[in-house]
Amino acid sequence: MYAERLQKTGDAQWTIAPIGKMQVPVVIYADEELVRAMEEQVFQQAANVAGLPGIVNASYAMPDAHWGYGFPIGGVAAFDPDAGGVISAGGVGFDISCGVRAVRTGLTADAIEDNKPELADVLARKIPAGVGSRGKVKVSAAEIDDMLVGGAEWAVEQGYGSRADLDYVEENGKMAGAEPRYVSDHAKQRQESEVGTLGSGNHYLEVQRVTAVYRDDIAKVLGVALNDIILMIHCGSRGLGHQIATDYLARMIKTAQQESIELPEKELACAPITSDVGRQYYGAMCAGINCALANRQVMMHLAREAFAQIYPRSNLTLLYDVSHNTCKVEEHVVDGRKKKLYVHRKGATRAFGPGDPSLPEDLKPVGQPVLIGGTMGTASYILTGTEEAMHLSFGSCCHGAGRSMSRSQATKRWKGKDVVMHLAQKGILIRGASPRGIAEEAPGAYKDVTAVVDATETAHLAKKVARLEPLICVKG
Amino acid sequence: MAAFLDLSVRSGTCMTRGHWEHFSHPSDIGIRGVAPTKAEAFAQAAMALTAVITDPQKVESRQVVDITCREDDDDMLLVAWLSSLLYEMDARNMLFSRFEIELIEGGLNARAWGEPVDVEKHEPAVEVKAATYAGLEVGRDNEGNWVAQCVVDV
Repeated sequence: MYAERLQKTGDAQWTIAPIGKMQVPVVIYADEELVRAMEEQVFQQAANVAGLPGIVNASYAMPDAHWGYGFPIGGVAAFDPDAGGVISAGGVGFDISCGVRAVRTGLTADAIEDNKPELADVLARKIPAGVGSRGKVKVSAAEIDDMLVGGAEWAVEQGYGSRADLDYVEENGKMAGAEPRYVSDHAKQRQESEVGTLGSGNHYLEVQRVTAVYRDDIAKVLGVALNDIILMIHCGSRGLGHQIATDYLARMIKTAQQESIELPEKELACAPITSDVGRQYYGAMCAGINCALANRQVMMHLAREAFAQIYPRSNLTLLYDVSHNTCKVEEHVVDGRKKKLYVHRKGATRAFGPGDPSLPEDLKPVGQPVLIGGTMGTASYILTGTEEAMHLSFGSCCHGAGRSMSRSQATKRWKGKDVVMHLAQKGILIRGASPRGIAEEAPGAYKDVTAVVDATETAHLAKKVARLEPLICVKG
Repeated sequence: MAAFLDLSVRSGTCMTRGHWEHFSHPSDIGIRGVAPTKAEAFAQAAMALTAVITDPQKVESRQVVDITCREDDDDMLLVAWLSSLLYEMDARNMLFSRFEIELIEGGLNARAWGEPVDVEKHEPAVEVKAATYAGLEVGRDNEGNWVAQCVVDV
């Protein structure tokens, strides 16, 4: 029903004009092939978001959008607190502040070729991954609150990394507004042994080689060149984040009922930003963001140790750290006036343009780095944000490839051992996951990340800077 | 020891009537319990949850955990039950394979049996992040069986 209403309104841009309860249009960024391949549920879910109170401009879907819970994965929506706007636990998702961290290693591909299996083994030993894994960092109940307020800065204070790292993390590694008192004891208990653990599913730590550079000038500023070895870490806020989402979804379903907010799907659960539950969720969610930032900081430190063990000359420096499941209070220009909005990005990456005050001085000329993860066998990309994205999508773009096939379909089609063997023939070493886990994450079960990134660039949401291909993949 | 292990595995799968199954979702997995009573359907749904992570037959009933959930509505209660199990799995680093549920006014009391995660033995495929409200249904099918189902986020 919605697919027929798509109108092409710009470069890789499609609009569904408001109908029914939609207060604003749906805007989808994708090329023709991607938009035609999207499920009707993506449009339906984006239209449902367009009907939530206080939504501003439009309900957006990124080129990698797919059917999610409540909001589509790849959905972006901003809400105005002065216009009855809402905050939605479903609009952030279960893995609060799941994101990607890219780290330069100071090594080139030829330097690691001979010791690749050794490096893979050491990384797999150092980085706790998968079901039942426990972190090497134990955080007592008393210390948890410090972590939830301090984020990556807390991790640096504990000896994991250096202060210089923090300039290259969104929010300088510490999300303001975190209120640990609104995080349940259950959520905190789940994190006591999970700091610095990778998790499972689509989370990974990869050693990658830069195989293409599209913009030399920007790449130079980012310190990236052809054949460089880059480390990429994809993970989130672990059990703590999942529990915050679970706790507040249940509360918000009830609040929405009391406030007579109609929810076409329960997962759209939301509450007015100014309500008690709305404010408490924001404080808890910010604490969840800090948990994820601390996790990725600890993991980078462990990877530094692993690299140093094999390559004493390696020098791991942080390129950037992005989060792609968040709600953040940001200032955006709406109808010519600056407004503070609650911007939800669910499976979407912040992509602020050049000159943004949040960027460190050296990145101001080029814009925020955007890190797009692929799958075990395919490429990842580094992009940078654009000025156009600020008004096209509240400074947001895609986050990854997105699945094209269910987990059960993938396990029917592939066997984990065959996937590992096939990847080994391509020079990609896999460590740490169970055979079924690997089959579920087979590269063929995902969309083409290159098509997603190209559409993102065509839509002017971000600029392609470099392509990276995996050499080692540690999975949970 | 071996005899004891076999016995507990068998009892773990035979205690509850009905069956469990998975259904497809583009990104994730749907879990479904089908049984003559609502309580047994909830228990089968919990088996389906374990089966997302590992083969439930590999999980022995060596320790027991008591779980209480309070929700008036059946749908909300199913999510609360599965969410409580996920919390216990994560906080205790355990997997569960046998469940007894008593439905009470405004909620349920349950016991879950299982053992600590052993990666070599269980070969866990994936963690479950949460039980969602997507595909959520608690009701009777055409044959009069109770069905309890939802999609889980992995």
